[in-house]
Amino acid sequence: MAWKDLLVERRSKETLNALLFFSLALLFVFQFALGPDRERLAAVLPGLLWLGFILSGVLALGRAFLVERENDCWEGLLLAPGDKSAIYLGKLAGSLALMLVVEALVLALFVLFFNVDLGPALPGLALVIVLGTIGVAAVGTLFAAMTAQVRARELLFPVLLLPVLVPVLLGTVRVTEALLLREPLAAVAHWLQLLVAADVVYLTVGLLTFDVILEG
Amino acid sequence: MSTALGWLAAVALTAGLVMGFGVAPLELTQGNVQRIMYLHVPAVWVAYLAFALGLAGSIAYLAGRRPGADRVAHAACEVGTVFLGVNIATGAIWGKPTWGTWWTWDARLTSVAVVFVMFIAYLLLRQAVEDRERAARYAAVLGIVAALNIPLVHFSVYWWRTLHQPPSLLKPGSSTMPPAILAALLVNFAALALLGAYFVTRRARLLAAEEEALA
Repeated sequence: MAWKDLLVERRSKETLNALLFFSLALLFVFQFALGPDRERLAAVLPGLLWLGFILSGVLALGRAFLVERENDCWEGLLLAPGDKSAIYLGKLAGSLALMLVVEALVLALFVLFFNVDLGPALPGLALVIVLGTIGVAAVGTLFAAMTAQVRARELLFPVLLLPVLVPVLLGTVRVTEALLLREPLAAVAHWLQLLVAADVVYLTVGLLTFDVILEG
Repeated sequence: MSTALGWLAAVALTAGLVMGFGVAPLELTQGNVQRIMYLHVPAVWVAYLAFALGLAGSIAYLAGRRPGADRVAHAACEVGTVFLGVNIATGAIWGKPTWGTWWTWDARLTSVAVVFVMFIAYLLLRQAVEDRERAARYAAVLGIVAALNIPLVHFSVYWWRTLHQPPSLLKPGSSTMPPAILAALLVNFAALALLGAYFVTRRARLLAAEEEALA
Protein backbone atom coordinates (compact mmCIF):
# COMPACT_ATOMS: atom_id res chain seq x y z
CA MET A 1 0.00 0.00 0.00
CA ALA A 2 2.70 2.45 1.05
CA TRP A 3 4.73 1.30 -1.90
CA LYS A 4 1.88 1.96 -4.34
CA ASP A 5 1.26 5.45 -2.95
CA LEU A 6 4.93 6.37 -2.97
CA LEU A 7 5.26 5.08 -6.51
CA VAL A 8 2.31 7.19 -7.64
CA GLU A 9 3.80 10.16 -5.86
CA ARG A 10 7.23 9.62 -7.38
CA ARG A 11 5.75 9.35 -10.86
CA SER A 12 3.64 12.46 -10.56
CA LYS A 13 5.51 14.52 -7.93
CA GLU A 14 2.25 16.44 -7.81
CA THR A 15 1.77 16.66 -4.06
CA LEU A 16 5.44 17.05 -3.18
CA ASN A 17 6.00 20.01 -5.49
CA ALA A 18 2.83 21.75 -4.38
CA LEU A 19 3.66 21.20 -0.71
CA LEU A 20 7.14 22.59 -1.10
CA PHE A 21 5.87 25.75 -2.73
CA PHE A 22 3.18 26.04 -0.10
CA SER A 23 5.82 25.85 2.62
CA LEU A 24 7.96 28.39 0.83
CA ALA A 25 4.97 30.73 0.59
CA LEU A 26 4.31 30.24 4.32
CA LEU A 27 7.91 31.20 5.02
CA PHE A 28 7.43 34.49 3.20
CA VAL A 29 4.14 35.15 4.93
CA PHE A 30 5.76 34.60 8.34
CA GLN A 31 8.59 36.93 7.40
CA PHE A 32 6.21 39.68 6.24
CA ALA A 33 3.95 39.28 9.23
CA LEU A 34 6.79 39.62 11.72
CA GLY A 35 9.03 42.16 10.06
CA PRO A 36 12.80 42.11 9.89
CA ASP A 37 13.51 42.21 13.65
CA ARG A 38 15.86 39.27 14.05
CA GLU A 39 15.49 38.81 17.80
CA ARG A 40 11.72 38.64 17.65
CA LEU A 41 12.00 36.17 14.81
CA ALA A 42 14.39 33.95 16.76
CA ALA A 43 12.02 33.90 19.75
CA VAL A 44 9.09 32.60 17.73
CA LEU A 45 11.07 30.38 15.38
CA PRO A 46 10.16 26.97 16.92
CA GLY A 47 6.46 27.88 16.81
CA LEU A 48 6.69 29.03 13.20
CA LEU A 49 8.57 25.91 12.19
CA TRP A 50 5.93 23.60 13.67
CA LEU A 51 3.07 25.70 12.37
CA GLY A 52 4.59 25.23 8.92
CA PHE A 53 5.02 21.48 9.47
CA ILE A 54 1.47 21.01 10.71
CA LEU A 55 -0.14 23.15 8.01
CA SER A 56 1.71 21.36 5.22
CA GLY A 57 0.92 18.07 7.00
CA VAL A 58 -2.78 18.94 7.00
CA LEU A 59 -2.62 19.52 3.26
CA ALA A 60 -0.69 16.30 2.62
CA LEU A 61 -2.93 14.16 4.83
CA GLY A 62 -6.10 15.68 3.44
CA ARG A 63 -5.08 14.30 0.07
CA ALA A 64 -4.12 10.85 1.35
CA PHE A 65 -7.35 9.17 0.26
CA LEU A 66 -8.03 11.39 -2.73
CA VAL A 67 -6.38 9.06 -5.24
CA GLU A 68 -8.87 6.32 -4.39
CA ARG A 69 -11.81 8.70 -4.38
CA GLU A 70 -11.07 10.40 -7.67
CA ASN A 71 -10.30 7.19 -9.51
CA ASP A 72 -13.31 5.30 -8.11
CA CYS A 73 -11.16 2.84 -6.25
CA TRP A 74 -12.84 3.39 -2.86
CA GLU A 75 -14.73 0.09 -3.25
CA GLY A 76 -11.39 -1.57 -3.91
CA LEU A 77 -10.21 -0.36 -0.51
CA LEU A 78 -13.40 -1.59 1.14
CA LEU A 79 -13.21 -4.99 -0.50
CA ALA A 80 -9.48 -5.49 0.02
CA PRO A 81 -8.93 -8.89 1.61
CA GLY A 82 -7.26 -9.36 4.95
CA ASP A 83 -6.75 -7.01 7.84
CA LYS A 84 -7.87 -3.42 7.28
CA SER A 85 -5.20 -2.21 9.68
CA ALA A 86 -2.65 -3.07 6.97
CA ILE A 87 -4.27 -0.38 4.81
CA TYR A 88 -4.02 2.03 7.72
CA LEU A 89 -0.34 1.31 8.24
CA GLY A 90 0.32 1.55 4.50
CA LYS A 91 -1.41 4.91 4.16
CA LEU A 92 0.31 6.10 7.33
CA ALA A 93 3.75 5.09 6.07
CA GLY A 94 3.14 6.79 2.73
CA SER A 95 2.03 10.07 4.33
CA LEU A 96 4.81 9.89 6.89
CA ALA A 97 7.49 9.52 4.22
CA LEU A 98 6.06 12.44 2.24
CA MET A 99 5.77 14.67 5.31
CA LEU A 100 9.30 13.88 6.50
CA VAL A 101 10.77 14.77 3.10
CA VAL A 102 8.88 18.08 3.06
CA GLU A 103 9.88 18.82 6.67
CA ALA A 104 13.55 18.15 5.99
CA LEU A 105 13.48 20.56 3.05
CA VAL A 106 11.52 23.20 5.00
CA LEU A 107 14.03 22.93 7.84
CA ALA A 108 16.84 23.51 5.35
CA LEU A 109 15.00 26.57 4.00
CA PHE A 110 14.53 27.92 7.53
CA VAL A 111 18.25 27.55 8.22
CA LEU A 112 19.00 29.31 4.96
CA PHE A 113 16.52 32.19 5.20
CA PHE A 114 16.50 32.88 8.91
CA ASN A 115 20.19 32.19 9.42
CA VAL A 116 19.78 29.69 12.26
CA ASP A 117 22.73 27.69 13.51
CA LEU A 118 21.44 24.18 14.19
CA GLY A 119 24.81 22.50 14.74
CA PRO A 120 24.75 20.03 17.65
CA ALA A 121 20.97 20.32 18.02
CA LEU A 122 20.39 18.34 14.85
CA PRO A 123 20.11 14.75 16.24
CA GLY A 124 17.66 15.85 18.94
CA LEU A 125 15.75 17.85 16.38
CA ALA A 126 15.50 14.81 14.11
CA LEU A 127 14.12 12.80 17.04
CA VAL A 128 11.42 15.32 17.92
CA ILE A 129 10.47 15.80 14.27
CA VAL A 130 9.99 12.05 13.81
CA LEU A 131 8.01 11.73 17.07
CA GLY A 132 5.82 14.72 16.29
CA THR A 133 5.22 13.73 12.68
CA ILE A 134 4.18 10.19 13.68
CA GLY A 135 1.57 11.71 16.00
CA VAL A 136 0.26 14.10 13.34
CA ALA A 137 0.17 11.40 10.67
CA ALA A 138 -1.44 8.77 12.95
CA VAL A 139 -4.49 10.92 13.81
CA GLY A 140 -4.43 12.57 10.39
CA THR A 141 -4.67 9.28 8.46
CA LEU A 142 -7.58 8.16 10.63
CA PHE A 143 -9.47 11.44 10.22
CA ALA A 144 -8.65 11.70 6.50
CA ALA A 145 -10.28 8.32 5.88
CA MET A 146 -13.25 9.50 7.92
CA THR A 147 -13.74 12.78 6.07
CA ALA A 148 -12.96 11.39 2.58
CA GLN A 149 -16.62 10.51 2.02
CA VAL A 150 -18.15 13.50 3.77
CA ARG A 151 -19.37 16.71 2.20
CA ALA A 152 -17.37 19.84 3.05
CA ARG A 153 -14.42 17.53 3.64
CA GLU A 154 -11.71 20.18 3.07
CA LEU A 155 -13.31 22.21 5.83
CA LEU A 156 -14.13 19.44 8.26
CA PHE A 157 -10.74 17.72 8.17
CA PRO A 158 -8.68 20.54 9.74
CA VAL A 159 -11.55 21.37 12.11
CA LEU A 160 -11.38 17.83 13.49
CA LEU A 161 -7.61 17.52 13.38
CA LEU A 162 -6.22 20.78 14.77
CA PRO A 163 -7.76 20.75 18.29
CA VAL A 164 -6.74 17.11 18.79
CA LEU A 165 -3.16 18.00 17.83
CA VAL A 166 -2.73 20.69 20.52
CA PRO A 167 -0.66 18.43 22.85
CA VAL A 168 1.62 17.38 19.98
CA LEU A 169 2.09 20.99 18.90
CA LEU A 170 2.88 22.18 22.43
CA GLY A 171 5.30 19.30 23.04
CA THR A 172 7.21 19.63 19.79
CA VAL A 173 7.48 23.41 20.01
CA ARG A 174 8.76 23.28 23.59
CA VAL A 175 11.37 20.61 22.79
CA THR A 176 12.50 22.44 19.64
CA GLU A 177 12.83 25.64 21.64
CA ALA A 178 14.94 23.89 24.27
CA LEU A 179 17.15 22.34 21.59
CA LEU A 180 17.75 25.67 19.86
CA LEU A 181 18.68 27.20 23.22
CA ARG A 182 21.23 24.37 23.61
CA GLU A 183 19.45 22.93 26.65
CA PRO A 184 20.14 19.22 27.35
CA LEU A 185 17.44 16.78 26.25
CA ALA A 186 17.02 15.64 29.86
CA ALA A 187 15.46 19.02 30.70
CA VAL A 188 12.56 18.27 28.36
CA ALA A 189 12.36 14.51 28.97
CA HIS A 190 8.77 14.78 30.25
CA TRP A 191 7.75 16.42 26.97
CA LEU A 192 9.35 13.61 24.99
CA GLN A 193 7.47 11.12 27.16
CA LEU A 194 4.25 12.99 26.41
CA LEU A 195 4.97 12.84 22.66
CA VAL A 196 5.68 9.11 22.86
CA ALA A 197 2.48 8.60 24.87
CA ALA A 198 0.49 10.59 22.29
CA ASP A 199 1.99 8.54 19.43
CA VAL A 200 1.15 5.27 21.19
CA VAL A 201 -2.44 6.36 21.97
CA TYR A 202 -3.11 7.63 18.43
CA LEU A 203 -1.54 4.61 16.72
CA THR A 204 -3.42 2.15 18.93
CA VAL A 205 -6.79 3.84 18.40
CA GLY A 206 -6.04 4.12 14.67
CA LEU A 207 -5.17 0.43 14.32
CA LEU A 208 -8.17 -0.69 16.35
CA THR A 209 -10.80 1.51 14.73
CA PHE A 210 -9.70 1.80 11.12
CA ASP A 211 -11.79 -1.15 9.93
CA VAL A 212 -14.85 0.53 11.46
CA ILE A 213 -14.32 3.51 9.16
CA LEU A 214 -13.79 1.39 6.07
CA GLU A 215 -17.08 -0.45 6.47
CA GLY A 216 -18.83 1.63 3.86
CA MET B 1 -38.13 7.44 34.78
CA SER B 2 -37.06 10.54 32.92
CA THR B 3 -39.84 12.68 34.42
CA ALA B 4 -38.96 11.53 37.92
CA LEU B 5 -35.33 12.42 37.24
CA GLY B 6 -36.46 15.86 36.09
CA TRP B 7 -38.41 16.54 39.30
CA LEU B 8 -35.55 15.22 41.38
CA ALA B 9 -33.20 17.60 39.56
CA ALA B 10 -35.60 20.51 40.15
CA VAL B 11 -35.75 19.78 43.90
CA ALA B 12 -31.97 19.39 44.08
CA LEU B 13 -31.43 22.65 42.18
CA THR B 14 -33.70 24.47 44.65
CA ALA B 15 -31.70 22.97 47.51
CA GLY B 16 -28.55 24.05 45.69
CA LEU B 17 -29.79 27.64 45.44
CA VAL B 18 -30.65 27.67 49.15
CA MET B 19 -27.22 26.27 50.00
CA GLY B 20 -25.38 28.65 47.67
CA PHE B 21 -27.19 31.85 48.65
CA GLY B 22 -28.49 31.06 52.13
CA VAL B 23 -26.30 28.64 54.01
CA ALA B 24 -22.87 29.30 52.53
CA PRO B 25 -21.21 32.29 54.24
CA LEU B 26 -20.18 35.48 52.45
CA GLU B 27 -16.61 35.14 51.28
CA LEU B 28 -14.55 37.91 52.86
CA THR B 29 -12.25 39.04 50.05
CA GLN B 30 -14.39 38.34 46.99
CA GLY B 31 -17.84 39.05 48.39
CA ASN B 32 -20.96 37.78 46.67
CA VAL B 33 -19.10 37.21 43.38
CA GLN B 34 -17.65 34.05 44.88
CA ARG B 35 -21.12 32.44 44.92
CA ILE B 36 -20.89 31.84 41.16
CA MET B 37 -18.46 29.05 42.08
CA TYR B 38 -21.43 26.91 43.13
CA LEU B 39 -22.44 26.80 39.47
CA HIS B 40 -19.00 27.15 37.88
CA VAL B 41 -17.14 24.27 39.57
CA PRO B 42 -19.90 21.61 39.50
CA ALA B 43 -20.56 22.41 35.82
CA VAL B 44 -17.07 21.33 34.79
CA TRP B 45 -17.28 18.17 36.93
CA VAL B 46 -20.58 17.21 35.29
CA ALA B 47 -19.14 18.00 31.84
CA TYR B 48 -16.24 15.60 32.37
CA LEU B 49 -18.61 12.94 33.74
CA ALA B 50 -20.69 13.36 30.58
CA PHE B 51 -17.60 12.96 28.37
CA ALA B 52 -16.71 9.77 30.27
CA LEU B 53 -20.25 8.53 29.56
CA GLY B 54 -19.74 9.54 25.91
CA LEU B 55 -16.55 7.45 25.79
CA ALA B 56 -18.37 4.46 27.30
CA GLY B 57 -21.24 4.88 24.84
CA SER B 58 -18.84 5.13 21.88
CA ILE B 59 -16.98 1.96 22.85
CA ALA B 60 -20.25 0.13 23.54
CA TYR B 61 -21.58 1.13 20.14
CA LEU B 62 -18.51 -0.11 18.29
CA ALA B 63 -18.60 -3.37 20.25
CA GLY B 64 -22.32 -4.17 20.00
CA ARG B 65 -23.65 -1.85 17.25
CA ARG B 66 -26.82 -1.07 19.15
CA PRO B 67 -28.26 2.31 18.11
CA GLY B 68 -29.17 2.96 21.76
CA ALA B 69 -25.49 3.13 22.76
CA ASP B 70 -24.85 5.63 19.96
CA ARG B 71 -27.74 7.82 21.10
CA VAL B 72 -26.38 7.86 24.65
CA ALA B 73 -22.91 8.81 23.35
CA HIS B 74 -24.36 11.57 21.19
CA ALA B 75 -26.55 12.95 23.97
CA ALA B 76 -23.77 12.76 26.58
CA CYS B 77 -21.23 14.59 24.41
CA GLU B 78 -23.78 17.27 23.58
CA VAL B 79 -24.76 17.79 27.22
CA GLY B 80 -21.09 17.76 28.24
CA THR B 81 -20.32 20.50 25.71
CA VAL B 82 -23.20 22.62 27.04
CA PHE B 83 -22.03 22.25 30.65
CA LEU B 84 -18.47 23.07 29.64
CA GLY B 85 -19.84 26.17 27.91
CA VAL B 86 -21.62 27.13 31.14
CA ASN B 87 -18.35 26.62 33.00
CA ILE B 88 -16.41 28.86 30.60
CA ALA B 89 -19.09 31.57 30.60
CA THR B 90 -19.45 31.67 34.40
CA GLY B 91 -15.67 31.61 34.72
CA ALA B 92 -15.41 34.69 32.52
CA ILE B 93 -18.13 36.47 34.52
CA TRP B 94 -16.26 35.64 37.75
CA GLY B 95 -12.88 36.53 36.25
CA LYS B 96 -13.84 40.06 35.21
CA PRO B 97 -14.36 41.50 38.75
CA THR B 98 -11.82 39.19 40.44
CA TRP B 99 -8.87 39.12 38.04
CA GLY B 100 -9.88 42.21 36.06
CA THR B 101 -10.11 40.29 32.79
CA TRP B 102 -12.64 38.08 31.03
CA TRP B 103 -10.05 35.66 29.79
CA THR B 104 -6.44 34.77 30.47
CA TRP B 105 -4.28 31.99 29.00
CA ASP B 106 -3.99 30.24 32.31
CA ALA B 107 -3.37 26.47 32.21
CA ARG B 108 -6.81 25.39 33.35
CA LEU B 109 -8.69 27.87 31.18
CA THR B 110 -6.70 26.86 28.14
CA SER B 111 -7.13 23.11 28.59
CA VAL B 112 -10.88 23.49 29.12
CA ALA B 113 -11.08 25.66 25.99
CA VAL B 114 -9.21 23.06 23.91
CA VAL B 115 -11.50 20.27 25.13
CA PHE B 116 -14.52 22.49 24.34
CA VAL B 117 -13.32 23.01 20.75
CA MET B 118 -12.63 19.27 20.38
CA PHE B 119 -16.21 18.39 21.25
CA ILE B 120 -17.64 21.17 19.08
CA ALA B 121 -15.78 19.44 16.24
CA TYR B 122 -17.40 16.15 17.32
CA LEU B 123 -20.86 17.71 17.03
CA LEU B 124 -19.93 19.23 13.65
CA LEU B 125 -18.94 15.79 12.35
CA ARG B 126 -22.31 14.44 13.51
CA GLN B 127 -24.00 17.12 11.47
CA ALA B 128 -21.87 16.73 8.35
CA VAL B 129 -22.50 13.02 7.78
CA GLU B 130 -25.99 12.42 6.40
CA ASP B 131 -26.15 8.65 6.70
CA ARG B 132 -27.07 7.91 10.32
CA GLU B 133 -25.29 4.60 10.60
CA ARG B 134 -22.08 6.02 9.15
CA ALA B 135 -22.35 9.12 11.34
CA ALA B 136 -22.64 6.86 14.38
CA ARG B 137 -19.51 4.90 13.45
CA TYR B 138 -17.40 7.97 12.64
CA ALA B 139 -18.56 9.83 15.72
CA ALA B 140 -17.75 6.84 17.93
CA VAL B 141 -14.16 6.81 16.63
CA LEU B 142 -13.81 10.57 17.09
CA GLY B 143 -15.43 10.36 20.53
CA ILE B 144 -12.82 7.81 21.62
CA VAL B 145 -9.90 9.86 20.25
CA ALA B 146 -11.22 13.07 21.86
CA ALA B 147 -11.85 11.50 25.26
CA LEU B 148 -8.43 9.80 25.35
CA ASN B 149 -6.88 13.09 24.29
CA ILE B 150 -8.24 14.94 27.36
CA PRO B 151 -5.40 13.81 29.70
CA LEU B 152 -2.79 14.62 27.03
CA VAL B 153 -4.26 18.09 26.60
CA HIS B 154 -4.38 18.55 30.35
CA PHE B 155 -0.73 17.66 30.95
CA SER B 156 0.65 19.48 27.94
CA VAL B 157 -1.19 22.70 28.72
CA TYR B 158 -0.22 22.51 32.39
CA TRP B 159 3.48 22.11 31.57
CA TRP B 160 3.22 24.74 28.86
CA ARG B 161 1.98 27.38 31.29
CA THR B 162 4.12 26.56 34.29
CA LEU B 163 7.22 25.54 32.30
CA HIS B 164 8.09 23.27 35.19
CA GLN B 165 7.26 19.75 36.02
CA PRO B 166 4.39 19.56 38.49
CA PRO B 167 5.57 18.52 41.97
CA SER B 168 2.97 15.78 42.26
CA LEU B 169 -0.40 14.84 40.86
CA LEU B 170 -2.34 15.35 44.03
CA LYS B 171 -1.78 18.56 45.83
CA PRO B 172 -1.14 18.11 49.56
CA GLY B 173 -3.42 19.64 52.15
CA SER B 174 -6.56 19.70 50.06
CA SER B 175 -9.33 20.52 52.47
CA THR B 176 -8.86 24.11 53.62
CA MET B 177 -12.42 24.93 52.65
CA PRO B 178 -14.93 25.81 55.39
CA PRO B 179 -17.46 22.96 55.75
CA ALA B 180 -20.45 25.15 54.79
CA ILE B 181 -18.85 26.12 51.47
CA LEU B 182 -17.85 22.52 50.78
CA ALA B 183 -21.40 21.35 51.55
CA ALA B 184 -22.90 23.96 49.23
CA LEU B 185 -20.50 22.87 46.50
CA LEU B 186 -21.39 19.20 46.88
CA VAL B 187 -25.15 19.81 46.97
CA ASN B 188 -24.88 21.85 43.79
CA PHE B 189 -22.74 19.16 42.21
CA ALA B 190 -25.43 16.56 42.95
CA ALA B 191 -28.09 18.90 41.56
CA LEU B 192 -26.22 19.58 38.33
CA ALA B 193 -25.36 15.89 37.92
CA LEU B 194 -29.07 15.06 38.20
CA LEU B 195 -29.88 17.82 35.72
CA GLY B 196 -27.24 16.49 33.33
CA ALA B 197 -28.59 12.95 33.62
CA TYR B 198 -32.10 14.28 32.97
CA PHE B 199 -30.90 16.13 29.86
CA VAL B 200 -29.10 13.03 28.56
CA THR B 201 -32.19 10.82 28.91
CA ARG B 202 -34.44 13.43 27.28
CA ARG B 203 -31.99 14.05 24.45
CA ALA B 204 -31.50 10.32 23.81
CA ARG B 205 -35.27 9.86 23.62
CA LEU B 206 -35.56 12.82 21.23
CA LEU B 207 -32.88 11.29 19.01
CA ALA B 208 -34.79 8.01 18.98
CA ALA B 209 -37.99 9.83 17.97
CA GLU B 210 -36.05 11.68 15.25
CA GLU B 211 -34.74 8.41 13.86
CA GLU B 212 -38.22 6.94 13.89
CA ALA B 213 -39.64 9.93 12.05
CA LEU B 214 -36.92 9.82 9.41
CA ALA B 215 -37.03 6.06 8.91
